[in-house]
Amino acid sequence: MIVVKSKRQIWLSALGIAGLVGMVTAAIIVYEPAIPPVARPSPSSFEVAEVKRGAELASIGDCVVCHSTDGGRPFAGSKALPTPFGTLYSDNITPDETTGIGNWSFAAFQRAMTRGVARDGSHLYPALPYEHFTHVDDADLQAIYAFLMTREPVKEVQPPNDLLPGLGFRPLLAGWKFLFLRKTAFVQDKTQNNEWNRGKYLVEGLGHCGGCHTPRNLLGAEEHGSDLAGGVAEGWIAPALDASNPSASRWDQASLFDYLKNGIAGAHSAAGGPMGPVAEGLSEVDDADVRAISTYIASRMKPAATPSAKTNANPAKAEGTTASKAATRTPASDAAKLFAGACGGCHMSGAPMETAGRPPLSVVSDLKMDDPRNAIKVVLGGITPAAGHGPYMPGFADALTDQQIADLLAYARSRFTDAPTWPDLAAKVSVIRKEDAK
Amino acid sequence: MTPSSHLPVTRRNFLGGAGIVVAFSLAGMSTARGAATGEAEPSGTGAVSVLPDDLQPFPYLDSWIRIDADGKAQVFTGKVELGQGIMTALLQVAAEELDMPPNLVSIVTADTTRTPDEGLTAASHSMQYGGPALRLAAANVRMLLLRTAASMLGVADTEVSTMGDGTIRASNGRSIPYGAVAASLSLHVEAVADAPLRQPKSYRSIGQSLPRLDIPGKVTGGASFIQDMRLPGMLHARVIRAPSEGMKLALPPRAEIEAIPGLHAFVQQGDFAAVVCEREWDAVSIMRQLMANPSQRQDENLPVGDIASILKPLPAKDYVIEKVSHPTAKPVKRLEARYTRPWYSHGSIGPSCAIAQMVDGELTVWSHSQGIFDVKRVASSLVGMPEDKVHAIHVQGAGCYGQNGADDAAADAALIAHLLPGRPVRLQWMREQEFGWEPLGAGMVTEAVAELDASNRIVTWNYDVWSPPHNTRPTTANGVLAGWEVTPAFPPAEKIPIPMPAGDGSRNSNPLYALPNMDVNFHFISNGPFRSSAMRSLGGHLNVFSIESMFDELAKAAATDPLDLRLDHMEDARARAVMMAGAEAFRWKTRRKESKFHGFGMGFARYKNLGAYCSVFLEISVEQNTGAITVLRAQTAVDCGEVVNPDGVRNQVEGGLIQSLSWCTREAMSYDTQRRTSFDWSSYPILRFQSVPIDIRVDVLPKPGEPFLGVAEASQGPTSAALANALADATGLRFRDMPLTPEKLRRALITL
Amino acid sequence: MTISLDVNGERHTVTASPDTPLLYVLRDDLQLNAAKYGCGLGQCGACTVHVDGNAVFSCLTPVAATVGRRVTTLEGLGTAEKPGILQQAFIDEQAAQCGYCIAGMIMRAQSLLSYNPSPSDEEIRQHMQPNLCRCGTHYRIIRAIKRASAVLANHQNKGDAT
Repeated sequence: MIVVKSKRQIWLSALGIAGLVGMVTAAIIVYEPAIPPVARPSPSSFEVAEVKRGAELASIGDCVVCHSTDGGRPFAGSKALPTPFGTLYSDNITPDETTGIGNWSFAAFQRAMTRGVARDGSHLYPALPYEHFTHVDDADLQAIYAFLMTREPVKEVQPPNDLLPGLGFRPLLAGWKFLFLRKTAFVQDKTQNNEWNRGKYLVEGLGHCGGCHTPRNLLGAEEHGSDLAGGVAEGWIAPALDASNPSASRWDQASLFDYLKNGIAGAHSAAGGPMGPVAEGLSEVDDADVRAISTYIASRMKPAATPSAKTNANPAKAEGTTASKAATRTPASDAAKLFAGACGGCHMSGAPMETAGRPPLSVVSDLKMDDPRNAIKVVLGGITPAAGHGPYMPGFADALTDQQIADLLAYARSRFTDAPTWPDLAAKVSVIRKEDAK
Repeated sequence: MTPSSHLPVTRRNFLGGAGIVVAFSLAGMSTARGAATGEAEPSGTGAVSVLPDDLQPFPYLDSWIRIDADGKAQVFTGKVELGQGIMTALLQVAAEELDMPPNLVSIVTADTTRTPDEGLTAASHSMQYGGPALRLAAANVRMLLLRTAASMLGVADTEVSTMGDGTIRASNGRSIPYGAVAASLSLHVEAVADAPLRQPKSYRSIGQSLPRLDIPGKVTGGASFIQDMRLPGMLHARVIRAPSEGMKLALPPRAEIEAIPGLHAFVQQGDFAAVVCEREWDAVSIMRQLMANPSQRQDENLPVGDIASILKPLPAKDYVIEKVSHPTAKPVKRLEARYTRPWYSHGSIGPSCAIAQMVDGELTVWSHSQGIFDVKRVASSLVGMPEDKVHAIHVQGAGCYGQNGADDAAADAALIAHLLPGRPVRLQWMREQEFGWEPLGAGMVTEAVAELDASNRIVTWNYDVWSPPHNTRPTTANGVLAGWEVTPAFPPAEKIPIPMPAGDGSRNSNPLYALPNMDVNFHFISNGPFRSSAMRSLGGHLNVFSIESMFDELAKAAATDPLDLRLDHMEDARARAVMMAGAEAFRWKTRRKESKFHGFGMGFARYKNLGAYCSVFLEISVEQNTGAITVLRAQTAVDCGEVVNPDGVRNQVEGGLIQSLSWCTREAMSYDTQRRTSFDWSSYPILRFQSVPIDIRVDVLPKPGEPFLGVAEASQGPTSAALANALADATGLRFRDMPLTPEKLRRALITL
Repeated sequence: MTISLDVNGERHTVTASPDTPLLYVLRDDLQLNAAKYGCGLGQCGACTVHVDGNAVFSCLTPVAATVGRRVTTLEGLGTAEKPGILQQAFIDEQAAQCGYCIAGMIMRAQSLLSYNPSPSDEEIRQHMQPNLCRCGTHYRIIRAIKRASAVLANHQNKGDAT
């Protein structure tokens, strides 16, 4: 049985250990003073240009994704973050003075973002990725503060966190931070150009790409030295953003830009799972910043790392050209027939998705990965465009059985890639179906 | 009692009395009512001694009504059911004037061998023009039934009356059923114009919300649609075209195609190609296989950019729509604005379908086209057969909202059947073919300049509208895709705009408001970048959007209530009543903004200035951080004259409202230099359930005895306008370029 | 090849290629009208039927995948003479304009009521999100689903009472 922990699950599992360490150092590090409340700053006290910049930075930081419920008011929090240790609910970060951050001074906001401490001095769970935000410079934090403080205040109290006994004791978090939170100023790499440096700054800081794309150690912190080497997010595999990515050789700045800005790149695939909202957020961001992010990520994917078995640089397996001409169309195997009926309407050569330039399955990363998890999740749940338009795929959870989905995927893997067969597929489908049903 | 006597006379009286009316001429525009101008208004004389327009060419009563010996009536109409409920409403009209229970009446819709040719079922004409024709025919029949019964019963004509149950009773107590009377009565007689109509106070059918006849079948899986027709031995066809208009697909050699397993026949004539199979899935699969071949653009590249910069430079023919001048006080405020809408897809949920069969030298075509007699003419010219050897029969399809692919598919099917005689052939367009090839609702631009005097009277109204055609409905093979693909090809027909008063891109461009100085001009662009044709309300959508947006902009400049500004400039009593009734029901005067990004807006129009009056009031909230609009309340008031079926009217108005919200907030055909790039519902999103207004109310004003006014398109313009006005109220910003997408709104609102 | 299917409680045997989407088998082989071709892409819901009680897009469900499973179409809910509860509610609310989407709408709604007999407005809207209507009948459809829900509750109460 496979258990993939989300980033939140992993750091929570580390809380116990961190807590022990924390006890030792508690006297030194636990205490944080409350920062006095302020009257909510008048929205007109902020420059429009700064608010606009803050809006874009908040989109890069994707604040709205965790701080809103489906159908709820943006930034009003209360989104449930389920974990094996219980459920956390995100905070209301609208400027409501009683239930949100309306009476937070900039100093309080800055401390929360960079050190994970709320205005009243309590420690925040690292679901708020202050590991990354600690690298964000003050001017950018000022802009985000300006943006948040000019939102409409929403009165909404999030439900109390529902954690296992003991884990609700926030001073434990100080120990975790003592071990893993490193506040370092961003250092320019003089050998690289400004765009690259801007990209690195955004990726490591506000973008907190590593939150999903970096593996975590046993204590649930991101592994230093393995930046962007691949991680997990909400049950999905967040692929490596380095040369070990199965499609690394085909990603470049232009295709990354398309993917991040539009949620789809013709020679790759559509953003699915938790990446959907990320791309949706980036669609609101100035092209230059998205290009900078693309430039930096592309550079990380390029340096030829030691080729390993899994970094197959195989070119996309060309779809049989005869299929496009007049030739036999009768699918051979049962799986091929299943594929033709369930997937062919969109993914066969000549189907509308393909004639419209949507990515063919021969380039899709999910089919090339060593782990079938993402491919299974897409087939079960489909892809729902975050903004109501853009790439869409229906889910097949209700239409097909575990075995049928396994057969389909095995067929697609062998037809569209040169990668080896995925073992135990049906069992994996069954596990993921149960996870998704929760 | 004819429709043309109900032109908006008030403004003209006002102008005629006090100002200078500059005569304008529509010379050069076709005024003949024929198939080609079926969207145009009939040219009735308005005299009561003349038959209604639809009755004139078919004056014999048995063209319209037959009564069987068992007392059941069969009614024949050239109009067709499009999902608008017209079958039920027309049946009610006939039942009323025949004074029979509706369940004894059945209705036969457009069939070239059985029913009168009433032109298109379009332009909201069916009740307005088809209704009176059928009504008078039925009144004639009832008159004859009474006379015949009187003589059979041996009493005077004045001594008999119909009882509403299909019998006639004499004052002496004797009665006789219609069936017995009909047996000795010939209905092959011409209608007279003065047959007595039943009076509103004694109505039994008109005014009742008779449940739609077609709904029980549709909710239980009955064979309701052309897609559900299965003729013995029927084959399945798919037409093979490039993914988009303007492109051409390179096909492999014929022999290679013919070797594909599962293929029954490959049909090719010039650039027209189709695959025909015994099994439908084989046809789909083979079509896909052929679609994998490369396509190239044939026409010149498509222009990209904003719609005004694309349309305005194109060659246009200019028409003066309204030009009046009148001395006024000095203007003190001047506003200018440009409004636009993109190209829209009809977006029928069921892509176009047609069935055709060629047997013994006769071709029959079943189609869901709005112009079934034109289907016959098109097929006849396309395949080169005399019209009397071609039949066309209407069978319902999915809602079309104008000219979608229906006529093209009918021609495709006719051509395939002609090339493959014998068995019936069912042609189904695929969803992406509909998006790629159907005529679009035209993208448009308007520019308005208005001036206010010191007392907030509008003293100047200058208005220009640029539009590609809204009416390229085919009447011969030169108007359908297949006609342009066969060898020798039928060169495309010259495009002519529908003349005023109905108008084309100019529809509703002349404000109904009483304005002393008006200069309204229409710039007709005969060759736009896309194929375009009729889509619900035609140019009326953007023209009403523009006029009603400008009225709100003026109201803001004048610091007056938008409703008051409208009423101050409206003399048509029915228009005023519709605005006031809507406002009253909506509680407009006591509205209160509850928060930032919460607001109210209204829109009004009389469709074409000839049809139904409709006011729309909306209460909305906008989410600043996402740009998402929530319509909290929608209230409309409608005056469509005499109401035959109130629930049917409500259904149409409510549907139009939701559809217009969809157009206004999210729809646009996307394209690049090579092709239309909207090909599915993810690239052409339409409104889904979560965006439906929280509350919708439609009030239909009772107008017993008034002529019917077409209502099915009445809410399109006012709704989009009301939304833009509510947005302006909620945000302080004016949005003039549809669609008003969340992305656009978010960009504008995020820093407010 | 020969395929055996369980549709609306009856066993049918059809000869079809196993990749054929269920939609075409229902329509062309079993001559059932309700499930409609709308897009063939799983985006509009006109083809919605139930497989083992769950709403699925029949245009993307290969017939071979339904062997040994229960398929239910709109025809399985009732007839024009004896409509099912939801069908009657759609008639009572006159919840159709062209009606092309309605079969799919009812099947989608039926799957909601089967696990949530008293859905809120918001739950109805969310559940119905996959199905498209172009005529703008949404508001009536929501009303019809609520009406059916009320009828179900009424039946339930009566059932409890007896």
